[in-house]
Amino acid sequence: MPANPFNGFTDYGIGIGLRSPHFHHILTRKPVVDWFEIISENFMIDGGRPLRILDQIMEQYRVVQHGVSMYFGSAEKPNREHLRRLKELVKRTKTPWLSDHLCWGSVDGRYTHDLLPMPYTFEAARKTAQKVREVRDFLEVPIAVENVSSYAEFHVSEMTEWEFLNEVVERADCGILLDVNNIYVSSRNHSFDPMTYVESVPAERVAQIHIAGHSKYEKYILDTHDHPVIDPVWKLYARAIERAGHTATLLEWDDSIPSFKEVHDEALKANRFLEKRVLARAV
Amino acid sequence: MNLLTLQRTMARAVMQPLTRSENMSTVAPNGERMKKYAARFIKPNDRLTSFERLEIYNRQYWWRVLEGLAADFPGLQAILGNRRFEDLSRAYLIEHPSHSFTMRNLGSDLKSWIEKNPKWAGSRQNMALDMIRLEWADIEAFDGAQEEPLKLQDSAQSDGANLRLRLQPYVRLLDLRYPVDKLLLKVKDLNEDSEVSSNTFRERRKHKQVLAVAKLKPARIFLAVHRVDNSVYFRRLDANEYGLLLAIQTGKTLGQAVTHALGKKAGVSELDLAQQVSGWFQNWMSFGWFCAGARKGRAR
Repeated sequence: MPANPFNGFTDYGIGIGLRSPHFHHILTRKPVVDWFEIISENFMIDGGRPLRILDQIMEQYRVVQHGVSMYFGSAEKPNREHLRRLKELVKRTKTPWLSDHLCWGSVDGRYTHDLLPMPYTFEAARKTAQKVREVRDFLEVPIAVENVSSYAEFHVSEMTEWEFLNEVVERADCGILLDVNNIYVSSRNHSFDPMTYVESVPAERVAQIHIAGHSKYEKYILDTHDHPVIDPVWKLYARAIERAGHTATLLEWDDSIPSFKEVHDEALKANRFLEKRVLARAV
Repeated sequence: MNLLTLQRTMARAVMQPLTRSENMSTVAPNGERMKKYAARFIKPNDRLTSFERLEIYNRQYWWRVLEGLAADFPGLQAILGNRRFEDLSRAYLIEHPSHSFTMRNLGSDLKSWIEKNPKWAGSRQNMALDMIRLEWADIEAFDGAQEEPLKLQDSAQSDGANLRLRLQPYVRLLDLRYPVDKLLLKVKDLNEDSEVSSNTFRERRKHKQVLAVAKLKPARIFLAVHRVDNSVYFRRLDANEYGLLLAIQTGKTLGQAVTHALGKKAGVSELDLAQQVSGWFQNWMSFGWFCAGARKGRAR
């Protein structure tokens, strides 16, 4: 099941996030990378160096857009200016699918620039799904929603996080960007079994997978994207691809960014799990 | 509690300022104890209270927006010093939280806010205002739109005096009371160096930075903040050159702009003036500062 309607029926392998410290290396050394994920908001501008670099990257690589501020879960309507600029970028990149987070971050027009956790209620699921549909209809591109790391839970929640995710994607008929590191982080912060989460998502809707590292504190774990991927997260990844098939996979590394080679090598570790799966199926 | 009420309740707490020691305030936005406020909507767990869980988001918010503003205004930070800059940033962000999906616009109201609240810049208000204008122009020049540049042969075919030129959207013109351009370049150099330096090295650099600010004396300068090959540059302009560009930017025809900006200059012959304007024009064209498709103005 390498391709599905939620990733535009594409068959992408292992990619890495396009980050500015690596621009020079990528443009001069032209390393072999299957695809790059770009943060949409960094390129939703009128001109200048970022767009020029994006155009140069697109001459040689495939890119997929990932957003951080659509806030599908915010109670307010989508920001029209945001949508207009996002659509311009979608036309430019021809991204086969577009992802953003299952979270909220703005209210009454004020932005926190954070990925705030959802209350897992039926009202929230209904409103979030409606917004996903509106955005997809406007952008005319498949949408995948990503589960976030969280540090708080709400009294009003009526279901588990994975039940909420399933409720939203079924209602919106959209894809899932399954972040197995976020599942691990939240499982430690809220004391649930991360494997139950991975087992519970509808595998046929998984459009893409994120892997990343995180930081441990005394009483909680923070999703910092500044470390290599740890073994328990690789185990969740192995199970996810066992269920969903060979899925577009991306390593996120956003802080204390090491050399391009180090980031790429870490991402390519996903290959051993993908190859194992191919071998297992052949046997 | 419905979705909108919950999000408003949480956002008010998350965006409430941290204490001096970077903890969440013990008093909630509605005046009640924050412990009680947080416990109403956030579950505690076996390691963290509702207050502590909310505090993670409260800190993340403030650290993110304060870092964002500091990244966009390193020159202002150098002028005011770290402590004063952070106090100013906090006060500004309380009154002007982000209303944009992008943090790029975080400082868009900073200039007008400082003008209304001069106490935050203290005795260096004019220098601070100049630096804010320069740093905001830097941001706008970096990612402003670029239209097809006007070619020399296109402009040569036009009736020069009635030509109405348009400056590229990314070109910003500034009339400043302090030579903050050189200071900002120094600060940027130091910041780039400090990314790879040790703590000791940074301390030494910081001292140099403060000296540079203290030495800055008032001196009126005119600047064009623009882009060449996608890099932003600060170009010093002659006062008349600035006046002429500004007149062009406000929509005057070339003839009107020359009359408006230069008029009759005592001791300057018309030939000298024509040569000077011609020289400027050639420079501006070489930078691609004018957009193609310039419209002809109505002849007077």
